[in-house]
Amino acid sequence: MKRSTIDIWVGAFVAAGLAGLLFLALKVGNLASFSSAQAYQVQAKFANIGGLKVRAPIKSAGVVVGRVSEVRFDNESYEAIVTFVIDAHYQFPRDTSAKILTSGLLGEQYVGLEAGGDGVMLKSGDRLRLTQSAVVLENLISQFLFNKAAEGKEGKDGK
Amino acid sequence: MLRLPPMAERAGRAALRQGLERLGHAVTARIWRLGFAARFFAYMVVHSGTAFRRFGLTIREIYFAGVQSMIIILVSGLFVGMVLALQGYETLQRYGSSEALGILVALSLVRELGPVVAGLLFASRAGSAITAEIGLMKATEQIAAMEMMAVDPIARVVAPRFWAGVISMPLLAALFSAMGIFGGYLVGVQLIGVDEGAFWSQMQASVDVREDIMNGVIKSVVFGIAVTWIAVFEGYDAPPTAEGVSGATTRTVVTSSLAILALDFVLTALMFTGGNAR
Repeated sequence: MKRSTIDIWVGAFVAAGLAGLLFLALKVGNLASFSSAQAYQVQAKFANIGGLKVRAPIKSAGVVVGRVSEVRFDNESYEAIVTFVIDAHYQFPRDTSAKILTSGLLGEQYVGLEAGGDGVMLKSGDRLRLTQSAVVLENLISQFLFNKAAEGKEGKDGK
Repeated sequence: MLRLPPMAERAGRAALRQGLERLGHAVTARIWRLGFAARFFAYMVVHSGTAFRRFGLTIREIYFAGVQSMIIILVSGLFVGMVLALQGYETLQRYGSSEALGILVALSLVRELGPVVAGLLFASRAGSAITAEIGLMKATEQIAAMEMMAVDPIARVVAPRFWAGVISMPLLAALFSAMGIFGGYLVGVQLIGVDEGAFWSQMQASVDVREDIMNGVIKSVVFGIAVTWIAVFEGYDAPPTAEGVSGATTRTVVTSSLAILALDFVLTALMFTGGNAR
């Protein structure tokens, strides 16, 4: 086979392989979404983070605005410190509150941000004051059972 | 008490000695061969200047190892993706989360199936051909002739094939994964009717470029090195007979398939040990 034919085929092969990689990176992996160059970091303390993981999405009004970049335990307050990386396109007031929510009934956990009314915007390194921990299913169920039991007792006493 | 006659006793001792000797020989021969393979690898890497200076040689080998493997890689990638989508849908819809089909297909392909299956196919399609070619060159004394002409056969014959394999393998694995995801899209979205937006957006939300795709590429590079190293070594080390070459070709496929699976376990254990472990 001629040298130039081989060159053309190899060129096509390498181009196809690189196109495959590019497809994986852009269409599958969504490379374009977040780069740390244009993002800011905010921290928040939670009493309980439930099953929140690093890289979990941060949503506000349902729109993904950032990712959880670090989860750490604070030895002094015995609480979890979660670091958010938020895309610089999205600005939030300083009194924004963070909640740990679950997508669906048993789905993945994510952080929901609710904007406050302060005029000053959050900047890198700030700490969110208002947080709400994850709902732990076991606690919820035991609370419900206790309430039921208490109700049952009252009903009996009334008779 | 039964005593063996002295002759039989001597014969027994000799047999024991012979058995031990054979065992020892088998072990030392294997270790020696491993060491030879390692020295061969080092020599090949040091003397691969020619493969890059005269890049035409390597391009020719990329044609044989990479371009000619493309059809089998593309077709099997497509079918693996389609099967993944069918089976994954079957299971996921039981839990009412058929929208996660995109995640399932993409993650299993990018992390595991892409590099591993592409590597296995590459070993049997290209690795065996490399071994047979080099083995036959040795059997027909072409290698010896090169040495006579003061041409280093490792630099001229072996190194271009090695680098061609190392370059081709990640590209083939990427093609496999991309084709598989396309196959999953065809079956999942077009045939079964999973929502197209959910399919892609869930995939994009959970596949990380560095964590998943880069690790898949690293895996395929490692597999490429392992497979081509085994292939060129078996070819170079093959006894210069017809049986020798056929045995070496078989050994290439078996050894490199096992190496891929074992290395895959090690790499997976190193790379994906849970997001919370850090």
